[in-house]
Amino acid sequence: MPIYPVKDNKPTRNAFGEAMAELGQSNPDVVVLCADLKGSLKLEKFSENHPDRYFSIGIAEADMIGTAAGLAIGGKIPFTATFAEFSTGRVYDQIRQSVAYSNTNVKICASHAGLTLGEDGATHQALEDIGLMRALPGMTVIVPCDANETYSATMAIAKFKGPVYLRFGRPNQPNFTEINPDFQIGKANVLNPGKDVTIIATGILVWKALEAAEILQAEGLTVRVINIHTIKPLDVEAIVTAAKETGAIVTAEEHQKNTGLGDAVAHVISTQFPVPLEIVAVNDTFGESGLPDELLTQYGLSTQDLVKAAKKAISRKK
Amino acid sequence: MTHSELQTISRQLKRDVIKMITHAESGHPGGSLGMADIFTALYFSEMKHDPAKWPSVEGQDLFFLSNGHIAPIWYATLARTGYFPLAELSTLRKIHSRLQGHPATKEGLPGIRVASGSLGQGLSVAIGAAMAYKLDNRPEWIYVAMGDGELNEGQIWEAAMNGPHQKVDNLIAFVDRNRLQIDGSTEVVKKLDPLPDKWKAFGWNVLEINGHDFAEILAAIAKAKTNLGTGIPTVIIANTVMSKGVSFMENIAKWHGTPPTKEMEAKALIELAPTEWKDYDDPAARVYKGRN
Repeated sequence: MPIYPVKDNKPTRNAFGEAMAELGQSNPDVVVLCADLKGSLKLEKFSENHPDRYFSIGIAEADMIGTAAGLAIGGKIPFTATFAEFSTGRVYDQIRQSVAYSNTNVKICASHAGLTLGEDGATHQALEDIGLMRALPGMTVIVPCDANETYSATMAIAKFKGPVYLRFGRPNQPNFTEINPDFQIGKANVLNPGKDVTIIATGILVWKALEAAEILQAEGLTVRVINIHTIKPLDVEAIVTAAKETGAIVTAEEHQKNTGLGDAVAHVISTQFPVPLEIVAVNDTFGESGLPDELLTQYGLSTQDLVKAAKKAISRKK
Repeated sequence: MTHSELQTISRQLKRDVIKMITHAESGHPGGSLGMADIFTALYFSEMKHDPAKWPSVEGQDLFFLSNGHIAPIWYATLARTGYFPLAELSTLRKIHSRLQGHPATKEGLPGIRVASGSLGQGLSVAIGAAMAYKLDNRPEWIYVAMGDGELNEGQIWEAAMNGPHQKVDNLIAFVDRNRLQIDGSTEVVKKLDPLPDKWKAFGWNVLEINGHDFAEILAAIAKAKTNLGTGIPTVIIANTVMSKGVSFMENIAKWHGTPPTKEMEAKALIELAPTEWKDYDDPAARVYKGRN
């Protein structure tokens, strides 16, 4: 299998901040609205270099979304910045009406997604956000797998016209992809070829999928690994091809089983090419305080969980 | 345009509203009639806007309607100022219409830049647009109208904090202070008074007017415009009468969202005497061509 050397360990949010600093220089229409989390979303550089285009909205997320819609109407490309929970669940109706239904060019940038936010616990651990956002007609939903991909995706959504939800996170994370100036929204990347099973992963679970593939390879199995950074629009072709060519699928995400990537993939394969499917995700429960890796293990999202799910999917093949 | 001419236009818009909602057998006449004078003052006198330039914002004053349920008066106003054909007013709330029950952009109705209906969002949007205009040094103005019942929504007060914070002195907000919402008096449902003091405490330039007096409406806008450079946005609290102009509907909360019957329509159209603008379904109906 191809080797993906880890360049460094880096939080995806740091790369978001770096991309915003770059966008600040290169695109005068880009503006940032932040709900009192400048440090957490690494927006210091943008705010220092472009104070006229950095808007401190305060802890007022509903107002932030509406204000962003207005800035878009006025011709700007607004990026809103807060934690994933407050970017979605708290402001669902504002996004629905003023952004999605109105098709305003707002980029909703959400950090600290999922369990790996860690010690702050369940109130802050967004595990339903992908489902909420993918339910909205016209919304693009992107979950990059590492820091470099977060950078690439942030640059790409500035060029893309339409509402976007961009989800990233807090902890250090192996940074193994190359920065890609041609990041294709809606196009899945096959990171490892394989014939016995496909792991379709998104976000930080992509790295764990590669780890699982390596373990399974040592046991004589070949595992296709797909990085599906765009949850909506979904790369249906990549999923159906994987179902046809490997005959079994595992999905992996740091999100609730209900409404997440697993549901989206289940819909595709059950209607187009049914094969055994195992969904690795949080099983209809809230999170809790703890360290990122402790939490991923506790809630069934570890590399070993992926190995087990892959074996189970293979065993269910007829 | 003289105040008397504006009064005539407002009466025609009210006729349009009554006919549209009666025909649709659904809709919100109360706030639509109550805000007819302010819509008339804005679109027929005060605002710099050109439907031929749609959807460009270049050189345009922008108007946002936060309490989207009074869409009928906005649709009538937009049609009468040339944004879309008058005949389309008869499609209000019907299937395949661009005139949705609440304002929407998806169907592509000219004049509307954001959906509204779920209350409390329009002031935020308008402030965002005003911020964009400031960034681009645009000299045009941003207007927004809100209902008073809508001020129950928390987002309004988040936006009320944000307006002066972002120094959008290019924004003029109207509150339709008719003192009624669906369940009755605004003061019984969720007390709003002292409303001017609340806005003042949030840092706004607050003007209070009779929302049916063109002299007061236009003077308030002129006064708001002198605020440019202070960083302080203006809110005009317009004391209005729900369903103004139709005596048997005035000041009754039921008319927030009840369509008139055919008989009531006939009575209302007697009170709102016909004008030289003619009703929208009359082939001789007129559209305002602007000041140029």
